[in-house]
Amino acid sequence: MPVDHTKNIIEVEGVSFAYNEDLVLEKVSLNIHKGDYLGVIGPNGGGKTTLIKIMLGLLEPSAGKVRMFGQEIHEFRDRSRIGYVPQKVINFDVNFPATVFEVVAMGRYGKLGLFKSLTKEDKKIINESLRQVEMYEFRDRIIGDLSGGQQQRVFVARALAGQPEVIFLDEPMAGVDVMAQDQFYQLLKKLNRELELTLVFISHDIEAVVNEVTEIAFVNRSLSYDNNPKNFNKGDLEKLYGDNKFIHHHKHV
Amino acid sequence: METINLFITTNMFELFQYSFAVRGFEAGIIIGLIAPLIGIFLVLRRYSLIADTLAHVSLAGIAIGFLLKINPILTAMVSTVLSSVVIERLRSSKKVYGESALAIFLSGSLALAVVLISLAHGFNVGLLNYLFGSIVTVKQADLYIIGILGAVVAVVLYLFYKELVYISFDEESAQVSGIPTRMINTLLIILAALTVTLSIPIVGVLLISALMVIPVVTALQFRKSFMKTIVIAELVSVFSVVAGIFTSFYLNLSTGGTIVLISLLVFGFSLGLRRK
Repeated sequence: MPVDHTKNIIEVEGVSFAYNEDLVLEKVSLNIHKGDYLGVIGPNGGGKTTLIKIMLGLLEPSAGKVRMFGQEIHEFRDRSRIGYVPQKVINFDVNFPATVFEVVAMGRYGKLGLFKSLTKEDKKIINESLRQVEMYEFRDRIIGDLSGGQQQRVFVARALAGQPEVIFLDEPMAGVDVMAQDQFYQLLKKLNRELELTLVFISHDIEAVVNEVTEIAFVNRSLSYDNNPKNFNKGDLEKLYGDNKFIHHHKHV
Repeated sequence: METINLFITTNMFELFQYSFAVRGFEAGIIIGLIAPLIGIFLVLRRYSLIADTLAHVSLAGIAIGFLLKINPILTAMVSTVLSSVVIERLRSSKKVYGESALAIFLSGSLALAVVLISLAHGFNVGLLNYLFGSIVTVKQADLYIIGILGAVVAVVLYLFYKELVYISFDEESAQVSGIPTRMINTLLIILAALTVTLSIPIVGVLLISALMVIPVVTALQFRKSFMKTIVIAELVSVFSVVAGIFTSFYLNLSTGGTIVLISLLVFGFSLGLRRK
C-alpha cells in the first residue's frame, strides 16, 4: 500500500522565535507529510534544534503556530504518536543504572499512562523494537557499557517502542563512529520504507544527509525547503549560508 | 573467640529489653528502607544537596516545634514540605541558579533555627539529639508518624516509579512522550522533604543526607539494572542502620554518626571491589 504523501502530519505556520532580543527563527513555515524522510540541516546556531523543540511543544514560539496531526500542539495529547531520539550519546550519564531493556521500556511509559505497569503485550513490543534495531541480544547489558552506535540504536528502539507515526532525531550521529553511522543510515531507511514511519532528521552533516533523505529543509534563521535533495547542490549551499532570506521551493501540493 | 561468641549470643538482644530501644530499632528499619528509595532519584538527578538543604530547613521546623511546644517532627514536616515546593519553583523559574536556591535555603533556615532556638532557650540535650540522632529520642508518637510517612512515601514512589525512572534518565524525552514532568519533579522533592522529616529522630538533621546518598552511591558501583541497584542500596542501608544501632548501643556512641560511618565503610569496600 503506498503511503499517502499528501497528508500533512505537522504544519508549521509563520513561526518566529527569539532568545531575549536575538531572533533565532524568522517566519518559518513548513509542512511535513506522512512518509516523509525530512532532513533538517543548517549551520550550528542556525536554529535547527530550536525549530524541532517548537514542533515538539518543548518551546513556545514568539509568533506563529504548530499543528501536530491537525491539532494545536498545546492541545495535542496523543503524544505516543511522536517518537524522539535526543542528542543522547554525548549527553547522557554513562553511570546510569539501567539495562538496555529498561531504557527501551521507557518508550512505553507515555502510552501506558500513570499508575499502570508493563504488561506481557508491552514486553513483547519492547523486545520487537529491540529486534528491529538488532540490539535484542544486548537487552540485559547496562546502557553505559555499549558503544556510541549501539546506544543510539537503543534510543531508536525506545522511540519505536511507543509505536509512533513520526520520529524526530536530533543530531543522532554525534559521538557515533563512521562505520556505525552507515549502519544507522541503513536502519533509518528501513524504518522509513518498510515501516512507513515519517522521519525528521536534524543534522549539520549536510553531505551525508542529502544522500539519505527524501526532503530537505535548510534552516538558518529563516528556512528554505526543497522536496528533492538531489537538487540541493553546493552552489545553493553557499548562497544559503551567506543569505538569510526566506526561500521556499516546496513542490508538494 | 569462644567468649566473644558467648557474649554476643547472650547480650546481643539485651537491646530489646528496653522499649525505647525497640522503638528506635523499628524506626531505624523504616528509615533504612525509605531513605535509599528516594535517594536513588535524588542522586541520579544531581539533587543530592537538596536532602541536605531540606535537613537544615527541618531544623528551623524543629525550633518552631520547641517554641510552640508541638511535636517537632510535625513542625519539621510542614516546614520542609513548604520549602521544598518553593525551592523547586525557584529552580524551575530560573530566576535563581538551582544551587544558589539551595544555598539560600540552607543558610537562611539555619539562621532562623538558631535565632528561634535561642528564643526558646532550647540549646540543650534534646536539641543535640535532633541534630545528631539517637534511638533514645524516638517516642511512641514519633514511631507512628515515621510509620505513616514511610508508608506514604513508599506507596507514592511505587505509583510513580516508571515516570521517576524516565525523568531521571532523560527528562526531555519524558516530556515529549507526554509525562507530566513538572508535577513529577514537585512530587519527588515533596517526597524528599517527607523522608528527611521521618529520618530526623534516628540519624539526626546533620546526617540525613548521608543515609539517602551513601547506600545509593555504593549500589551504583556494581553497575546493575535499576531494580537491582535499588535492592543493593536497600541492603546496604538496612545493614548500616541495624549494625549502627547495635554498635552505638553497646559501645555507647552516637547512633546517627555510627550508622553513617558504617555505611561509609561499606561504600569504601564497594569502591575497592570495583577497582578489581
